[in-house]
Amino acid sequence: MIGFSQVFKRYPQGRNSQAYSALSNISFTIQPGEMVFIAGHSGAGKSTLLKLIAGIELPTAGSVIVNGQNVGKLKPAAMPFLRRNFGLVFQQHKLLFDRTVFANVVLPLEIAGFERREAARRVRAALDKVGLLGKEKAWPITLSGGEQQRLCIARAVVNRPSFLLADEPTANLDAAYANDIIGMFQSFNRVGVTVVIATHDEAMLTRVAPRTIALKQGELVAEAEHGVMAERHA
Amino acid sequence: MKAWFAQHVRALSASLAKLGRARLAMALNVLVFGVALSLPAGLYAGLDNLQRFAGNLERKPQISLFLTLDASAADTAAIESRLRQNAGIASFAFVPRENALEEFRQQAGLGDVIAQLSHRQQGDPARNARNVDEQANNPLPDAFVINANSDEPRTLDKMRAEFAQWPAVEHATLDSAWAEKLAAAVAFGRLATLFLATLLSVALIAVVFNTIRLQIMTLRDEIEVARLIGATDPFIRRPFLYYGAAQGFIGGLLACLMIAAAFALLDENMRAFAELYAADFRLQGLAYGDSMAVLAFSAVLGWLGARLSVGRHLKQSI
Repeated sequence: MIGFSQVFKRYPQGRNSQAYSALSNISFTIQPGEMVFIAGHSGAGKSTLLKLIAGIELPTAGSVIVNGQNVGKLKPAAMPFLRRNFGLVFQQHKLLFDRTVFANVVLPLEIAGFERREAARRVRAALDKVGLLGKEKAWPITLSGGEQQRLCIARAVVNRPSFLLADEPTANLDAAYANDIIGMFQSFNRVGVTVVIATHDEAMLTRVAPRTIALKQGELVAEAEHGVMAERHA
Repeated sequence: MKAWFAQHVRALSASLAKLGRARLAMALNVLVFGVALSLPAGLYAGLDNLQRFAGNLERKPQISLFLTLDASAADTAAIESRLRQNAGIASFAFVPRENALEEFRQQAGLGDVIAQLSHRQQGDPARNARNVDEQANNPLPDAFVINANSDEPRTLDKMRAEFAQWPAVEHATLDSAWAEKLAAAVAFGRLATLFLATLLSVALIAVVFNTIRLQIMTLRDEIEVARLIGATDPFIRRPFLYYGAAQGFIGGLLACLMIAAAFALLDENMRAFAELYAADFRLQGLAYGDSMAVLAFSAVLGWLGARLSVGRHLKQSI
């Protein structure tokens, strides 16, 4: 379960920047096994919200609860173990270009301390799910944009996380590829993974019609249950 | 436990692979370690040899009494009885001048010196060269060699001064003086070596610190991704620590090899030199235990440099 309760995130004034409020007064709950989209334009705070869930950023005020743990109050030493519950799909992929496809995907398993043979088996299973099984020895740089995105997804799911967080996974992809990717997330969701996807792709939202949390300039403006948008007036 | 072990093995192999990739940087660092460590370790081994050489000599100081050349048998007997009554003396031996001469002659090359000395005393080398009257021309005096009960330097010096006042005693010497000076010099050398080792250790830590800093900068992406997918700090630190320790270890190995090679070379020359003095003395390189200590110490230095660097530079990211 993921629970936000009156969460604020402000960035203090820097030397070259104004103080900036990324999120204000956000409250919502995501139940285990749900698939939720975070919608909004660029700069609405979608990425910040995902980062707060994964403990990459900490809230300025309010509480972010994941699996009963307050992420903002977690000791630094405990944070890695929280992160292992998440599969993260990044907007910029964050692949390591100095190692092969296989080595990229095996990294979370190495970190979690899996035995080598078991790790290799899981890597192949994950690559199979995203359709990259034949490319385990390839270098990421030789993959297309869509393939790199799928590689990132394989790395996110190889550890069989209970949460899958994806930031704009379909940006820069054509419609057919984007559908593929969303289909993958849906299949992970069907086997019980909680999926949270940030997107600005309106067309996809209408097509998939999931539960949606809409943000505008850092504020929660609407929540929709399966396509029915309900404006929220604070 | 098994997983923990596997992680360590993986980190170690990853570090060694890294070593393999950055060959030049690695070779240079290892060379720096080798040279910097061989200096104090070599000095230490050298001092050890010197001390061993000094240790071969009589540790307990002796007092030698040299009588005047014209001392009579009565004088000798008088001194002998005085020595016998002195409570501070454990034992003593009388060395008649004839025996002393014989002993000297047996030492290679010294017979000629004796002959020269006696000629000079006669003032006419030409005549004496033909027919040396050894007894008459013996330049060596009668002597007593005394072993005291105490080895306290002040007591011994007092005894020496007292004996020197006795009639028919030309002079008295304390034989241990030079051995003590040598021991003091060795102790000073040890201290200097320790200072040198400390200074060089700091320099080596700085070298590793900088190398690891550069590595962390080139691996920034990898570290960031590893953090995001749940790597603990020890997991991230581990390869760097192994890298630092491996560098130190290999550097230490190089230092030991360099010392061994240097001592083997020196020993060749040393043997010829020792033969000149009819001494049987072999140089010994670093002992097995000392070599192990050098290896362990250099590995710890490498580890420490890496630890400081990683501790400082990982805090700044994320």
